Amino acid sequence: MGKVLMKGNEVIAESAVHAGCKYFFGYPITPQSELVAYMARRLPEVGGLFLQAESEIAAINMVYGASSTGARVMTSSSSPGFSLKQEGISYLVGSELPAVICNIVRGGPGLGNIQPAQSDYFQVTKGGGHGDYHIPVLAPASLQEIVELIQDAFDIADRYRNPVIIMGDGMLGQMMEPVEFTERPVSELPEKNWAATGTRGDGGPKIITSLELDADGLEKRNQHLQKKFAEMKEKEVRYETYKTEDADYIIVAFGTVARIAMNAMNKARQDGVKVGLIRPISLWPFPEKPFIETRDKVNMYISVEMSAGQMVEDVRLAVNGHAPVDFFGRNGGVVPTQEEIYHKIMMIAGGIQV
Amino acid sequence: MTMKTVFQKTKGLTDKPTHYCPGCTHGVIHRLVGEVLEEMDILEDTIGVASVGCSVLSYEYFNCDMTQAAHGRAPAVATGVKRVRPDRFVFTYQGDGDLASIGISEIIHAAARGEKITVIFVNNAIYGMTGGQMAPTTLIGQKTATTPFGRNENIQGSPIRVSEMLSTLDGTAYIERVSTHDVPNILKAKKAIRKAFETQKKGLGFSMVEVLSTCPTNWGLDPQESLEWVRENMVPVYPLGVYKNKEGGN
Ligand SMILES: Cc1ncc(C[n+]2csc(CCOP(=O)(O)OP(=O)(O)O)c2C)c(N)n1
Ligand code: SF4
Repeated sequence: MGKVLMKGNEVIAESAVHAGCKYFFGYPITPQSELVAYMARRLPEVGGLFLQAESEIAAINMVYGASSTGARVMTSSSSPGFSLKQEGISYLVGSELPAVICNIVRGGPGLGNIQPAQSDYFQVTKGGGHGDYHIPVLAPASLQEIVELIQDAFDIADRYRNPVIIMGDGMLGQMMEPVEFTERPVSELPEKNWAATGTRGDGGPKIITSLELDADGLEKRNQHLQKKFAEMKEKEVRYETYKTEDADYIIVAFGTVARIAMNAMNKARQDGVKVGLIRPISLWPFPEKPFIETRDKVNMYISVEMSAGQMVEDVRLAVNGHAPVDFFGRNGGVVPTQEEIYHKIMMIAGGIQV
Repeated sequence: MTMKTVFQKTKGLTDKPTHYCPGCTHGVIHRLVGEVLEEMDILEDTIGVASVGCSVLSYEYFNCDMTQAAHGRAPAVATGVKRVRPDRFVFTYQGDGDLASIGISEIIHAAARGEKITVIFVNNAIYGMTGGQMAPTTLIGQKTATTPFGRNENIQGSPIRVSEMLSTLDGTAYIERVSTHDVPNILKAKKAIRKAFETQKKGLGFSMVEVLSTCPTNWGLDPQESLEWVRENMVPVYPLGVYKNKEGGN
């Protein structure tokens, strides 16, 4: 299959179909409405089902029901709608149900606006719902990367019986790029013998629940969840580094911002400033290794974000005091420009404090 | 001496002793559902959805596959299950706080979409699990933990009649309100539950049985008084009968 020119939101949808997702429940919200519309058209073609839910709350609970039967299922939304899904996400984790949830982040708080943002970083990485839990969060920076990461997301979800979040910004959802839907070998995944599909032919009732009234019992269940999270931290870290080997300064950026920051980095290099870039792809588990490898050599890290400064906290934790950490960001739907980031680098490199 | 079995517990329920208070009719309703599933021979093809309320642990009592939904969201969860497995029987078991308050949106839309599920709606005019607060179905004048002076129409509004309301929606195929306050009514309740599952079997649309039920613990009455309270106070506000029967006949 050759390359096709598509919009980001549609690539997310088509990649999910390629990953074997047959069920989608969602509620319209800008800037991810194309994703919902694409699924409405596409899923019936593969014998699947799209259903427009009455709200994001209903959508995530329909996902819970579909996942209870063992189906590959997905929902997507943007910030305000994603907020509404939090209770359902917490239940999915508690009941150990896999699902893929996409958040195409827009400006907030409140109704905010429909411009691109990354200001849901805290919410997606720290657990927007209640209880002790974590969810792997994958943040693609290009449309081709979406194809890979959506497949990974479904596999991770099934492997650990845990939801997985895809975090993009409005720019990623709206941009058009040529992509190729490569066929990957099917991953080896555990059989879903826990799914509630009726007891015919098996031992007895299967129960899917997050309730455990006994405190010791719940602590035990939580320890089991924590073991899974520890395994994810070990095996599901994804990141890329660019020119960090000789860097005096390292920019940290994810998603589409990383692309803008890369251009600024190259411009600064032309001007003789040795800048590198770390691009976290998994926002949780956050990649610590590229920081451990560089933190005793660089002068400073600069976290560049479309928020008022959220990932910068994880950067500080990873750097752990070995080097200073600065921040540059625009928020409210404003996209930082290459010139702004370049300017920030040059000021830091020139020792100018502002 | 050989003994003849004249009565035995339905296979529709597990052997687990229920946690319901003495005189609570949740247990009776469980038994009716279990008997219907057994008699229709669909236990192995059924997936139940437990809700949040006193019946949250119903997943331990019904002898079929079960999944447990967030408070009020059982109809959405059931939608997800049924849409993936249209060949299975899917039911929810929900209290009146769960269905008529926090989950009113989910039940209306599941009914409007004509989801081919069966809803067992237990109306006891109060929140049982959280200690006797007002439900949307609490009667005018009824004292609860959050209406200590009695429910006042001008402050808390008036009771929601869910069966009547949902029966206006075209997606609904069978809706009946029944009661558990005496044996003839319990027998009628069982017939209604059977009819609702038959409706699902035929794929006619959404089916719901609203069952008037007791909460002796939070009503502050003994079991016998509770049954009388249902007959005297609830039935006049919640008239029994069939509200929707798309198929006609009985
Ligand atoms: C989101 C959420 N809000 C509140 C609660 C607390 N809660 C548990 S059960 C319940 C009311 C249940 O009443 P009802 O549905 O009438 O069932 P009953 O206990 O009377 O059988 C409430 C408010 C909860 N578990 N989750
Ligand atoms: S509190 Fe009320 S509804 Fe709950 S089990 Fe006891 S009597 Fe039944």
